Amino acid sequence: MTSETGVEATAGARHRGATSLRMSTGRAGDKIFVSAARGSGIVVLAIMAAIAVFLVWKAIPALQDNKANFLTAEEWNPNATEPRFGIAQLAFGTIVSSLLAMLIATPIAIGIALFISFYSPRRLASALGYVVDLLAAVPSIVYGLWGLAFLSKHMDGISTFLNDVLGWIPLFGGDSPGKNSIFTASVVLAIMILPIISSITREVFLQVPRANVEAALALGATRWETIRLAVLPYGRSGMIGASMLGLGRAMGETIAVAMVLTYVPGINIHLLENGGATFASNIANSFDEATATGRGALIASGLVLFAITLVINMVARAVVARRKEFV
Amino acid sequence: MSSLTTPSRAASLGSVSLGRKIKDRAVQGLVYLAFALALIPLVSVLWTVVGNGAKRLDADFLNHSMNGVSGRDTGGGAYHAIIGTLEQVAIASLIAVPIAVLTAIYLVEYGANGRLARVVSFFVDVMTGIPSIVAGLFVLALWLLTLDFGFSGLAGALSLTILMIPTVVRATEEMLKLVPNELREASYALGVPRWRTILFVVVPTALTGMITGIMLAVARVMGETAPLLLTIFFTKAINTDPLSGPQGSLPTFIWEQAKDPSQNSIDRAWTGALVLILIIMLLNLVARIIAGRRAPTGR
Repeated sequence: MTSETGVEATAGARHRGATSLRMSTGRAGDKIFVSAARGSGIVVLAIMAAIAVFLVWKAIPALQDNKANFLTAEEWNPNATEPRFGIAQLAFGTIVSSLLAMLIATPIAIGIALFISFYSPRRLASALGYVVDLLAAVPSIVYGLWGLAFLSKHMDGISTFLNDVLGWIPLFGGDSPGKNSIFTASVVLAIMILPIISSITREVFLQVPRANVEAALALGATRWETIRLAVLPYGRSGMIGASMLGLGRAMGETIAVAMVLTYVPGINIHLLENGGATFASNIANSFDEATATGRGALIASGLVLFAITLVINMVARAVVARRKEFV
Repeated sequence: MSSLTTPSRAASLGSVSLGRKIKDRAVQGLVYLAFALALIPLVSVLWTVVGNGAKRLDADFLNHSMNGVSGRDTGGGAYHAIIGTLEQVAIASLIAVPIAVLTAIYLVEYGANGRLARVVSFFVDVMTGIPSIVAGLFVLALWLLTLDFGFSGLAGALSLTILMIPTVVRATEEMLKLVPNELREASYALGVPRWRTILFVVVPTALTGMITGIMLAVARVMGETAPLLLTIFFTKAINTDPLSGPQGSLPTFIWEQAKDPSQNSIDRAWTGALVLILIIMLLNLVARIIAGRRAPTGR
């Protein structure tokens, strides 16, 4: 941290409370600049507060009009004269699709991170990292288009196969595996969160103490044994945090999911069958026809999504940060 | 980057048993496989976008709008959408970059790990995780429903601003932290006021890195669709005024065209995707070149 410069350090130490005095030398230019910088920081806080306040405020009227239970109802008819809507189906779709995406993406992402950090030729490492980052540069609308026009066609076979082999597990059961299913959406989501998980995992691997690695090698460990003994235990919390950040990202992902899923009302635990909806996809799909109450209802569902992602992100950041204590 | 030395050399000592060697090789295979698996979607996405998008990538597409063109018609283009995207992203950058850069300066130069700085830093992290659709809903709730403005390019730009700020803050912060303290101290020793030191010594030193970060953030928000659906709405006609009336944008253009079952529309969607990816990749490339040309500072 370079923030406390030598000049200010002594003066700063004594006047902890009087922040503005500490930061400026009393010159007009300094005063203006400090206020501008601090003001911007406060603007950021104000935006976050405003997001929470306005979402709650605009959601309340719709929630009061709601004739169904907001938390447990599966239907979504906020535009009817007697509005009835609930988030049960949306919550189910969001949580299941993003958990599945995380389960698919995490092992592959860790594999990629291991490959780039330990297996690839050292000179190629940063270029390979850039290639993986390119996956993140592709906009979600393009993933949606690709998922709809290309991937879903190829998912047909895989879905049928999974249904035949694992059909006895309810999640993979059902009579008519389709291509616009939650499972397909999860695969698209998994691709989209690969780069974030692998880049954070790579950062963690970079911080593994060199001495631990060399000690393992000196004891005659093979490359895998070195990774298992020195790298993975050190990076565990980082990897967990990274996959949780990926989970948060997957939950908020809108357009790709909205394009891939075909909406069928009601919770369907057969993930291979067509249908399903998430918070975000529902907002994108029903906004056009929404009345005033409908918009309020969508804002209410967005608020729930906001709260869930907020919690997941905070926990994930805390888990990633915990690693620093061990250094 | 710690590339582990090849274990085969240890094998010459005759100490690695066959089982361990097999396990080692198996893991190596899996790791290579994981990387190959990640390349499949990347190559496939780029391949299908270029293959399907090249069909309609002509002058008509780039300088005509969809005004009076129905889904089934051939022709039509994304001129209105390209104009909209460029205007919205430009406005978003104009608002977000000063706020974000000043916030980063506050965190690095003035914050001194004080309470406000820690709170701001925490909420910047939180902001990074805001789903883009929630940013759109917020602008909808504040700008459109409370303040009663209509759908406009500006409203879209505001939602993009929210998504842009945290990325730019983090990138700028990283770069400012790399500036060696000796530079600041030398400047103070010459009697230069603190704000001039920051503006004319610290920021210029970190400038290339900051520009890279800003361009990557621009590239990221350029592909955002969800918030725009709720804020700029939809139009087929050219609207060069971002302050009033619905505006087009490339992502929403793709979304609209892809929903139409006609093959002509789907072709337009693919070409829109190709144009969008080209712009984004170009921004990424330029950003990397700037970053590569002059690394922030030798520490």
